Amino acid sequence: HLPHSTHTLGTRSVSVDLNNDASLLIDIPDALCERDKVKFTVHTKTTLSAFQKPEFSVPRQHEDFIWLHDTLVETEDYAGLIIPPAPPKPDFESPREKMHKLGEGEATMTKEEYNKMKQELEAEYLAVFKKTVQVHEIFLQRLSSHAILSKDRNFQIFLEYDQDLSVRRKNAKEMFGGFFKNMVKTADEVIISGIKEVDDFFEQEKTFLLDYYSKIKDSTAKAEKMTRSHKNVADDYIHISATLNTLSADDSTFYLRLYKVEGRVASDQELKLTELLRYYMRDIQAAKDLLYRRARALADYEHSNKALDKARLKSKDVPQAEEHQQQCLQKFDKLSESGKRELTSFKGRRVVAFRKNLIEMAELEIKHAKNNVTLLQGCIDLLKSN
Amino acid sequence: MQSLQKSGDYKGCSTGVLLKLNWYSLVAYLTTVSIIFEQYLWDGVELFYIFYRHFYRPASLPAEDVSTNSNGPKQDSLFDDDPEDLFAEATEEVSLDSPERDVLLSDGPSPAITPITPPTSVITPQSLTVPVSLQIEEEEGGDSFDIHIAVSDPEKVGEFSGTFWHLRDKQDSSGTSLSVFKQGEFSVKRRFSDFLGLHSKLASKYLHVGYIVPPAPEKSIVGMTKVKVGKEDQSSNEFVEKRRSALERYLMRTVKHPVLLKDPDVLQFLESSELPRAVSTQALSSAGLLRMVNKAADAVNKMTIKMNESDAWFEEKQQQFENLDIQLRKLHASVESLVCHRKELSVNTALFAKSAAMLGNSEDHTALSRALSQLAEVEEKIDQLHQDQANADFYLFSELLGDYVRLITAVKGVFDHRMKTWQKWQDSQMLLQKKREAEAKLQFTNKPDKLQQAKDEIKELEGKVQQGERDFEQISKTIRKEVSRFEKERVKDFKSVIIKYLESLVQTQQQLIKYWEAFLPEAKAIS
Repeated sequence: HLPHSTHTLGTRSVSVDLNNDASLLIDIPDALCERDKVKFTVHTKTTLSAFQKPEFSVPRQHEDFIWLHDTLVETEDYAGLIIPPAPPKPDFESPREKMHKLGEGEATMTKEEYNKMKQELEAEYLAVFKKTVQVHEIFLQRLSSHAILSKDRNFQIFLEYDQDLSVRRKNAKEMFGGFFKNMVKTADEVIISGIKEVDDFFEQEKTFLLDYYSKIKDSTAKAEKMTRSHKNVADDYIHISATLNTLSADDSTFYLRLYKVEGRVASDQELKLTELLRYYMRDIQAAKDLLYRRARALADYEHSNKALDKARLKSKDVPQAEEHQQQCLQKFDKLSESGKRELTSFKGRRVVAFRKNLIEMAELEIKHAKNNVTLLQGCIDLLKSN
Repeated sequence: MQSLQKSGDYKGCSTGVLLKLNWYSLVAYLTTVSIIFEQYLWDGVELFYIFYRHFYRPASLPAEDVSTNSNGPKQDSLFDDDPEDLFAEATEEVSLDSPERDVLLSDGPSPAITPITPPTSVITPQSLTVPVSLQIEEEEGGDSFDIHIAVSDPEKVGEFSGTFWHLRDKQDSSGTSLSVFKQGEFSVKRRFSDFLGLHSKLASKYLHVGYIVPPAPEKSIVGMTKVKVGKEDQSSNEFVEKRRSALERYLMRTVKHPVLLKDPDVLQFLESSELPRAVSTQALSSAGLLRMVNKAADAVNKMTIKMNESDAWFEEKQQQFENLDIQLRKLHASVESLVCHRKELSVNTALFAKSAAMLGNSEDHTALSRALSQLAEVEEKIDQLHQDQANADFYLFSELLGDYVRLITAVKGVFDHRMKTWQKWQDSQMLLQKKREAEAKLQFTNKPDKLQQAKDEIKELEGKVQQGERDFEQISKTIRKEVSRFEKERVKDFKSVIIKYLESLVQTQQQLIKYWEAFLPEAKAIS
């Protein structure tokens, strides 16, 4: 299909509160799309001595990002941190399917209509492409702005290693292991949600996050549906304007442009609202994961307590039990402390991001509506004067 | 149904005959069925009110001082929202006195018409003799008369929830009236089947001589059943509104036609308080089926006529209309799809709005929570906007296109009639030729009576041939005029509707601006 390359991807639409520390700057200035695979060019600029060069670029695939994410999740030391959610797989299914349908229906349309639809599809394709680059970039930028995670060795390898990372990536067996792990986690979630929470802060957070997650998941789905409908309306305008053209009515050319604006509104809405919701849905999942890890640590601690009591009763292996209990307590405390910090900053981040995006979305809607009004009014005046 | 099974035996027959045989047996079968069912299903059909006011301003008529107690100019709007008042008056005004009814039913040259004068508490019916030929000039451009009709909301009356439609005319704001009729607002009750009856009368009178008779609104068995059983829901309301506006457009098109307006059936329809039931218009009636049969037979015949078109204009126009037909149908389909998708958009926006509201409730940061709730409200309002826009899409644009698709079918029908006229003329010519040959042969035999008979027949046929030629020329002339009128009307119609439609789009966009501008400070207030 289309080999696609973008050089200037412009400003990021969905932003997260990034600490503008110039010591480590990462971006994805370029990406290439071939068939299913997207190749990202990860560009790093740094003043840190941990890296060999001050500026460098490496090619990376989506799977590399997933590897990095999973490695971080599995690192015990980071159990008390919210690991930024992994970027979703690039999904060109929708535009590809539409392109296919367009090809099949080519015979029924005029050449002009066909070209216009093709243009629209190419724009959609480009939008999907931009989106995927964006989420991958944000993932890396979240990591680079995190005090602890930015120092992770695997992260540095990811940024720097100029060979193919596949040797480090999960092999098939490990991937299956990951799959099972997810299943176990879900079971865990059920059990652990029932655990009695000792800390008010975490109790509140848990309730809040669980509720919020389900709500935001729903909103994301509904927002997606809404923007899809909007696109359908835009597509209809293409057909209508093409037919009006053929009927050689004066208003056809204006209708043409109208469709462009309607179509653009749909994709702007999509970028702002849907992506925002989608992103935070995943982020909240990551926050939930933190809570679960902590809850597991709490469970471990409680178990260790019981084990210690049992050991004391039997007067057997008491020092081991004591040590184990201490370890569990320490782990739990560490998790609680960093967890609290993380969750508080998470809330701040979320509020800022929502604010920015809602403002931008409203401004765009106003801008497009004003454009539409001018366009339509001009068209009406033209018709009336004839 | 035996003949259907034996169709294989009729190998030598032309398709036309075969078609007729099958159709006729089908007719026989269905007629029995329909006779049983139709009285129960389709009786007590809807009744409509027609209110209208009309002025005639032909240059030749002397100025009459017609005193009226007409109301001042009213707002002209398709979707009028105070039918109640007029409806209340109408019930009093419609007189059902039998003596008048008999007068109306007579088909005399000077029908006495009882105009119904506008709101006063006392009804004073007046009889007026109306000359049949009204001096209305058929101008090529511009209207020589102003007549406006509006169909108001229907009323359900009767056991079978027969609906009354009110047709009300809105006064044109321009001044004096030189009405041959008592000017004023006329209100009459009409059933849907009355409209169909009117159309079928006009069609039978005018189509075959080349006039483009506007097609009547379509019947919808499903929709009507819902209304009849008194189902009060969104779709039945929509159906009622759809029908109402279709009837209005139909009447307006009919009266805009200078020839049709003069037709006594039209006048009777607009003015008389009671019309004889148009029985032959029911969907499943035997008459209806017969019409279907004839249509099928016609279609077959059309395929077999090969006309030598001497007039390039006709060939060109026919091609033009073919193309127009295709494009309009395509456009209609696209617009219907637009309506559907916009309705979907409205639904999805509403769902999102609810979801966003829940999210806002769930959010613990107060300012953000408020902003999200505001977002939900904005989206809810936008959903309503989408719905209204979808309605505009539909009632303005889509229905217009549907009307024109049907109109073009009528135009094509008129061209077909011309072909048939030509065929008839050619047939009589050929017959004449044969008779002449036969006569020539008879000259040599000694059969004086047969010879005389042949000569008489020839004379008759010569007359027929001349008549055929005249008919053909007449219909060609009429069609030319009609087509040019149609084209003008079409351009005007489309232009006015598209302007209205674009204005509705502008309104929507302006509302959107308002809503988002109101939301923006809320979003900015998040700290």
